[in-house]
Amino acid sequence: MAVPAPILLMSGIGKQFPGVKALDGVDLRLLPGEVHALMGENGAGKSTLIKVLTGVHPIDAGTIELLGEPVAFGSPLEAQGAGISTVYQEVNLCANLSVAENIFVGREPRRWGRIDWPRMRARAAELLARLELDLDVSAPLSTYSPAIQQMVAIARAIDIEARVLILDEPTSSLDASEVEQLFRVMRTLKEEGIAILFVSHFLDQIYEISDRMTILRNGRLVGEYLTSELSQVELVAKMIGQELAALEKLHGEAKVFDRPLLEARGLGRAGAIEPFTLTVHEGEVVGLAGLLGSGRTEVARLLFGADHASTGEVSIEGTPVSLRTPRVAMNHRIAFCSENRKSDGLIPDLTLRENIILALQATRGWTRPVPREQQDELVGKYISALKISPANPEHLVRDLSGGNQQKVLLARWLILEPRLLILDEPTRGIDIGAKTEIQRLVAQLSDGGMAVLFISAELEEVLRLSHKVGVLRDRRLVAQLPNDDDLTTDVLMETIASGGANGGASGGGAE
Amino acid sequence: MRRLLWPVVILALLLLVNVFFTANFFSIQMRDGHLYGSLIDILRFGAPLILVSLGMTLVIATGGIDLSVGSVVAIAGALACLQISDDAGVFTAVALALGLSVLLGAWNGLLVAVVGIQPIIATLILMVAGRGLAQLITDGQIITVNSPSYKVIGGGYWLTVPFGILLVVVVLAITVFLTRRLALGMLIESVGGNAEASRLAGIRSRGIIIMVYAFAALCAGVAGLMISSNVSSADGNNAGLWVELDAILAVVIGGTSLSGGRFSLGGTVLGALIIQTLTTTIYSIGVPPETTLLFKALVVTAVCLIQSKSFREKVFGGRRRAVPPSPAAEEKVRVTA
Repeated sequence: MAVPAPILLMSGIGKQFPGVKALDGVDLRLLPGEVHALMGENGAGKSTLIKVLTGVHPIDAGTIELLGEPVAFGSPLEAQGAGISTVYQEVNLCANLSVAENIFVGREPRRWGRIDWPRMRARAAELLARLELDLDVSAPLSTYSPAIQQMVAIARAIDIEARVLILDEPTSSLDASEVEQLFRVMRTLKEEGIAILFVSHFLDQIYEISDRMTILRNGRLVGEYLTSELSQVELVAKMIGQELAALEKLHGEAKVFDRPLLEARGLGRAGAIEPFTLTVHEGEVVGLAGLLGSGRTEVARLLFGADHASTGEVSIEGTPVSLRTPRVAMNHRIAFCSENRKSDGLIPDLTLRENIILALQATRGWTRPVPREQQDELVGKYISALKISPANPEHLVRDLSGGNQQKVLLARWLILEPRLLILDEPTRGIDIGAKTEIQRLVAQLSDGGMAVLFISAELEEVLRLSHKVGVLRDRRLVAQLPNDDDLTTDVLMETIASGGANGGASGGGAE
Repeated sequence: MRRLLWPVVILALLLLVNVFFTANFFSIQMRDGHLYGSLIDILRFGAPLILVSLGMTLVIATGGIDLSVGSVVAIAGALACLQISDDAGVFTAVALALGLSVLLGAWNGLLVAVVGIQPIIATLILMVAGRGLAQLITDGQIITVNSPSYKVIGGGYWLTVPFGILLVVVVLAITVFLTRRLALGMLIESVGGNAEASRLAGIRSRGIIIMVYAFAALCAGVAGLMISSNVSSADGNNAGLWVELDAILAVVIGGTSLSGGRFSLGGTVLGALIIQTLTTTIYSIGVPPETTLLFKALVVTAVCLIQSKSFREKVFGGRRRAVPPSPAAEEKVRVTA
């Protein structure tokens, strides 16, 4: 096999953080004109590898060669100067500046010391045209969707004569057509000879776009493979280090749901969600499916009292209740894991223990602290039950990986022993292993009698877990489908696409 | 504990400097059954600042700030002195003054937590209006009182120790108990760390914020009594002037971040003592009065810089930095060879 000389060669990379060996003897090579997927669970070392490559952290061991020359970048700026550009998962642009300013900030085209605005705008439009985008480049970035902002970040990255482009989970907030658009751009860049390092949790996307992949596990190299020669099952097995157990049937035998726990009648909030009627029974998993912005989260927030309802009523076990605040909902033993872990869930400055104990402490008020022995016992129990890593309760929660943060949030609510658990995208942005564990946990909890409202963008996941699926479209609950053998992801997509008009009779793809 | 290392070092350095200028700086004597000495003086004169800073710490931990504490100091002193000069009992006067302080603090908390005004603006209102209120109470005059029992608060002794120091110890103990033995501290840190997440975890953050501002005002009120009692008079114009800035400084030197979240009461006490020791030092080494403020500013700047980890690395870590590139240089030789 004639393999061209690699653009980038990392060998024997080691990185030690206090108490953790983040990377140990990892190799990575990027060939010109390839899309190379970097795979691994959360905490496997993907982010750390990217950070040492781009000069965010220095390496403790190993070498990095760019075009055959050894390099050591002291800062991301130096790496960028050498042609290694990175687009991070969370867009780090300035939403208050214009599109053109964002692309050229720090290196504006100048004439006689002054910024050459016409040229800057023209160059920005040109760059965006390369990405098949037609935007008003003088409009503030905040007027565009996150997907477009992501594209602007890529436009910024490729303008800096990039030889290596690192895309760290660029697709997690994009819809299907936007992903396709991104992939077209990636293919164009690939033909220009740029090496692209691609990180994503979506296996289908990996198989669609990547040529080759490097798999990490626990900071060590598992191996480098050609994508075409590795099946999805093998990939997952290598990532989690064990054979994937059969996930098809998560629930035990079919159950009869005859004890309604929560009934919402005509519940709605102006501008957020049209009035809907929904019943959740004890031990039932109700899935909510729909596109981003279809009103899934809004339903959850109303049922938890996070927002005020403008119409309708809720009753719990037949008794009408008014869910004015989260505290009231919590008193009725409703729990809510919000979609956005960082802004609506965790307190980054507090420890793992404090974050887990927080909701319990809130229900007791500040005058009755949870005794320390009880804290240690509860926290220890959930750390081992949910396999939270690191297992140190005094670790700051900000340093945990996404999957582990999600588990901390889950633990916070599980110690309250809720009767209704609302999970908004609990598996987004976390790896296969943690995802499987969380799915299994949901099935277990509902088998034990807990009602679960499960929201996810992944239809397969909704289908696998739910007894009943509510479909949302344009801020309206358009259908409620029992999860029998006839319900498939195709039917769900059809229902989402048609708005439930024809009941999802035939299969077909969504837009 | 390592967080407190630098404040301790700085305080120790400041105290050592004094040894060269003041004979027997560290000696503590017993005179007429009272403790005397420079260290006792620092504690005694620093007591009001420590009190105000303790309240400020909790406010800052919730992500807020309280600019009105100086005005509350003046109001509390003014009301107490007015009552005493009107022949009210000392106990009534103190209770009224502290009650009014708590009310004013609750007002601040209400503006911040319920009305939703930014803390710096909400408390700026009382900072400005409060001075006026204090002058209204004293009728624009300086009220002088002659009450031996009132004098005890700021100038008296109990069991050989200045009463003010004992008051600080009691308030500190209560604060530590409320925040660290009870769960108040964690809830405050949670609200300051992420307000929306705290709400969704079921924390009634409004109540906590109002309580914290009321507590800060109560501390300021006690400090106000101490200051006016020490000089047996109330000056609506100048009592507690700029103490809010010293208090914020003490909190920051003590290692509590202005953005809220984690707080350190021990650090705040050290911070306040550093500021008081600095003031004492300036007098004892004989800095000319017209340059006092400039001198103080320079020292405070140095203190803040020394505490910053990235600054220390830049200035003192120059040699350590040079190490990492050397393995890379070796590799270069090996690869090209």
